[in-house]
Amino acid sequence: MPVVQSERLVLRTSEDIVRARQFVRQLCIAQGFGLVDQTKLVTAASELARNTVEHGGGGEVHVEVLHDGARRGVRLTFTDQGKGIPDMALAMRDGYTTGSGLGLGLSGAKRLSNEFDIESQPGKGTCVRIARWR
Amino acid sequence: MERIPILRMGSFLLVTVQVDMHDQLAVTLQDDLTNRIVTDRARGVLMDISALEVVDSFIGRMIGNIAAMARVLDAATVVVGMQPAVAITLVELGLGLPGVRTALDIERGIALLQNEQSATRLGDAGRPV
Repeated sequence: MPVVQSERLVLRTSEDIVRARQFVRQLCIAQGFGLVDQTKLVTAASELARNTVEHGGGGEVHVEVLHDGARRGVRLTFTDQGKGIPDMALAMRDGYTTGSGLGLGLSGAKRLSNEFDIESQPGKGTCVRIARWR
Repeated sequence: MERIPILRMGSFLLVTVQVDMHDQLAVTLQDDLTNRIVTDRARGVLMDISALEVVDSFIGRMIGNIAAMARVLDAATVVVGMQPAVAITLVELGLGLPGVRTALDIERGIALLQNEQSATRLGDAGRPV
């Protein structure tokens, strides 16, 4: 699947989360996403970026624009070298949190995306990949 | 430090969020509002989020916290102006904002707060001493 644009953004602070939101928003607009699709992907990006900063000890997001024939998509890959997720089934459950949040980050981001994939190794880090198509 | 302004309108406080809030700014707003409810002896908080294009779980939690803290301090909170795309996304995210009163726009929000206040006043008057 051809990747027509690719950028990497650093995620270390809460300002970086805002920057990531705004960058994804601009990209979605440029790809002709409707307002609801934009908002869903930006919100999912915000949840995952916060996980990277809060639980992963910082990391980055790789943002890609995908063209599949006439279809336009945006794929986001969040990586950190943090402590990882020991129990994936538990982490994906609504309302489960190890932090002070609501525990909707991972499960919510999955519901807001068309594609969702997560890999984590305890002690080595976490990689979450989502995509949304128009 | 960067802050979101809180305006006083009679016995109500009005907050209009016009920037994409980073997490610390949202926490500061929560603290500022709670303090202002007490210092201004406010009976209600009107929170206009019509300019907010994203409400994620963190901001959603902040809105819920503000409503809960205000309630404990005997003030009502009404969140007004949520964009339709934000409402759709919030519900799909799993956040229905339980315990938070909402209104479509500022006029309806003010009417809601005023109704509530006059209802309380009537209740007070009718209470046996």
